Amino acid sequence: MSDESAKIIVALAGQPNSGKSTIFNMLTGARQHVANYPGVTVEKKTGSFRIKEDRIEIIDLPGTHSLTSYTQEERIARDFLLNERPAVVVDVVDASNLERNLYLTFQLAEMGIPLIVNLNMTDVAEKRGLKIDSEKLSREIGAPVISTVGNRGRGKDELKKAIRMVSKKGQVTPFRIDYGEAMETVLSLLEKRLLEVPEISEHYPLRWLAIKLMENDPEAKKLIRECSRNGDKLLKLVEEERNAFVSDQKSSSQKVIAVARHRRAEGIVKTSVTCKKKTGKTLTDKIDQVACSRYFGPVILAAIIYLMYELAIVQGYKITEYTWPLLAGFRDVIASFLPSEGFIFDPFFRSMPIWVVDGTIAVLNYVPIFLILFALIAILEDTGYMARMAFILDRVFRHFGLHGQSILPMVLGGLFVGGCAIPGVMACRAMKDEKARMATIMIVPLMNCLAKIPFYVLLIGIFFADCKGAAMFFISTITIIIALGVAKGLSLTVLRSRPGAPFVMEMPPYHMPTLQGVLRRSLERTWLFIKKIITIVIVVSAIVYLLIYFPGISEKRNAYYSDLADQIQKEFFKETGANNPYADLLAGDNLPKFAGYWMDYKKAKMGAGKKEAIDKKFRERNFVFFKIVKKGKYEVDGEIIKDKHAMKTYKVYKKLDKERNGLRRERREETIISSFMGRAGRFLEPVTRWAGFNWRVNIALLSSFAAKENSVATLGGIYQSSQEDKEETLEQRIKKKETSWTALHALAIVLFMAMYPPCIATLLMVRVETGSTKWMLFAAFYPIVLGFIISIFVFTGGNLLGLSGLQVMILFYLLAIVFLVSMGLIKRESE
Amino acid sequence: MTLDEIKQDQECEVVDINSEGMIGQRLLDMGFIPGTRIKVVRNAPLVDPVEFLMKGYHISLRHSEAKLVEVTLL
Repeated sequence: MSDESAKIIVALAGQPNSGKSTIFNMLTGARQHVANYPGVTVEKKTGSFRIKEDRIEIIDLPGTHSLTSYTQEERIARDFLLNERPAVVVDVVDASNLERNLYLTFQLAEMGIPLIVNLNMTDVAEKRGLKIDSEKLSREIGAPVISTVGNRGRGKDELKKAIRMVSKKGQVTPFRIDYGEAMETVLSLLEKRLLEVPEISEHYPLRWLAIKLMENDPEAKKLIRECSRNGDKLLKLVEEERNAFVSDQKSSSQKVIAVARHRRAEGIVKTSVTCKKKTGKTLTDKIDQVACSRYFGPVILAAIIYLMYELAIVQGYKITEYTWPLLAGFRDVIASFLPSEGFIFDPFFRSMPIWVVDGTIAVLNYVPIFLILFALIAILEDTGYMARMAFILDRVFRHFGLHGQSILPMVLGGLFVGGCAIPGVMACRAMKDEKARMATIMIVPLMNCLAKIPFYVLLIGIFFADCKGAAMFFISTITIIIALGVAKGLSLTVLRSRPGAPFVMEMPPYHMPTLQGVLRRSLERTWLFIKKIITIVIVVSAIVYLLIYFPGISEKRNAYYSDLADQIQKEFFKETGANNPYADLLAGDNLPKFAGYWMDYKKAKMGAGKKEAIDKKFRERNFVFFKIVKKGKYEVDGEIIKDKHAMKTYKVYKKLDKERNGLRRERREETIISSFMGRAGRFLEPVTRWAGFNWRVNIALLSSFAAKENSVATLGGIYQSSQEDKEETLEQRIKKKETSWTALHALAIVLFMAMYPPCIATLLMVRVETGSTKWMLFAAFYPIVLGFIISIFVFTGGNLLGLSGLQVMILFYLLAIVFLVSMGLIKRESE
Repeated sequence: MTLDEIKQDQECEVVDINSEGMIGQRLLDMGFIPGTRIKVVRNAPLVDPVEFLMKGYHISLRHSEAKLVEVTLL
């Protein structure tokens, strides 16, 4: 297509906090696409706009201070510029911080790609009394300089025009920094040598490469080794030259290069910027005097974290009460297309799809929470408070191999009982310290996600009824204690070789986020989540279904249930009476059909709809059935009719319905017990007994793996009352069936649940964020081992000492604290 | 003396960076070069890390990183 051939690739580069993303949004508007760079977790945003006959495609590079190869962001930005050779690179520069921003500008210019310097946030600079002579600046750098105010759209057309012009004309004057005589001699020697290697000289800017080699840049060295057969020889020469330079100049080559760049930046600022007024205390200074102070700082931080939790998790959860009916409605629509329910046996192609849909909407149910969370995170990032959070908390967290920035993922994951590990793991993306980031990803699932809560509430309600508050406090704090210990353990062992990052963190000025920017980010990230997770959740829940319902019960047992079903149906027809016309109307296939109708009607009445409307709908659906469910009281032509036969049928059917439900449940229980999962549960009992789990608990725990919401549902399925006595709660039923259970059993189970491996959706997110299946598997298995060890320790240990559940709880808590403190005291290697 | 020894509200000037490789490069990139003036703005509530003002912007370092920057008090 001619459209494709006219596409011009433009890269958008800039330092963090230069307003790069506002420029990206300003240029591309809604035409954006977010993905990840291949193999890494860094977001790759592309967008496009048209100018005259050209289509310009913009790639938003990660914000970086420099272009070394030490961080992932820098490598990505650099590799893109090197390998994709965009037609133009637009360098977004914070006008109020020109000197520091120029440091990156120089490195971009050295790469030899036509450059545009975009002087952004000129309004902030003006407010600070800075006057920048963009013509002088342009002459110094040898590139056009375009002023903009990104968040107000000022300078948009000028920037677009400049991009088009530069993409046609290319760079006019090449830019170079004078690195001093000694360095320049070496650089030109290296350039000459590189020129002799066609694989290099045809593809890469030679002066740039020479500079990088003198900086001892690992990626540049790798490039030489890969491109040239004589790479090693070349690198040896570089090594010699660099060593000679260092002993000659008494200073490392890195330092000489960096100093030359900074000096040049200083020089440029001196000639092209005039400062009209001496700046006093800025607003940011005033805010930070309180927000980072010794006493108010932590208080404000706690308040903000609590507010986030309250808005996203608590209020978001309330919203799901409104969105849930929509999802349930969607489920009913799907169900209506499936084969209908049988009297006792449901066809596979009904129960399986419904199971899968249930599993999927259980995850989709959290979408409102995600939307709010991501919006709040965007606000934290955009305002600049995120850096303050890390600043305040770093001291605490780094003792455990984490980073100040670990706080946010942990809060989202459920630091205070109730969160979700998925956004928690996703929030780790912002962390620069690779080691701490990995450790955080691994411990976020140990927090208490929303789905674990019903399980806790259930068991605490039964076994710690006298001290519910204390037990809840125990759970929510013991998880933090264990998680911190685990983080430290991981960073001392499996994560030991991971690169840490120096804590060199800019504290950007506070900044008002724009509504559009926040909404856009929140929607983007939620959508990315849905896209990534949903298909796999569908597949996995189908597999779990097979494990729970197959191989199924024997022919003989099936026949037994059929017989029972026939019996209760016969009983039903006998009781309705021979002279009852409804008996004939319900005969044959009509009975299962009526059963479905009955259930739908009951469900509809429990829902929020208007009574009259529901009645009208069901009356239209089947008038005969309608007469029965209305207990024989209905209206015909404005007259109320009392139908004795229908009334009688209603009564008798109600009994049948109870029996039918009882049978169905009984059969389902038997199916689950004899299923693959059930067999596994029994098989494991000899081992899990030491932790106090019997096979019933094993099944519940195993089935929770798809999503922890299942745990209570499965327990409900296993601990069914034999008759349909709804009044008997699950608590009472468990108590009745497990008479030998003590609080110690409950404590062991609760602790195992607290350590429970992450759900499938979270594991997928771990896979995405770590970029490794191995780590995903690790995240799945270490909690099982850990939880099991803890449960055995608590249960068997408690039994041996003859302690009560509460005593063990207190003892375990104290031991955990001692353990944590001693872990925290182990020094990091770097110290 | 090194940067981690400077007290709040004191000002100093960088003499040298005593580190190479990743940390050294990062400090150099951020502008910790001989002659740069640095003011200690504040310590974090738990003393570490420390916030500095240099070249018109704010940056925070842990003591362990600040130790690598050799300075003289102004």
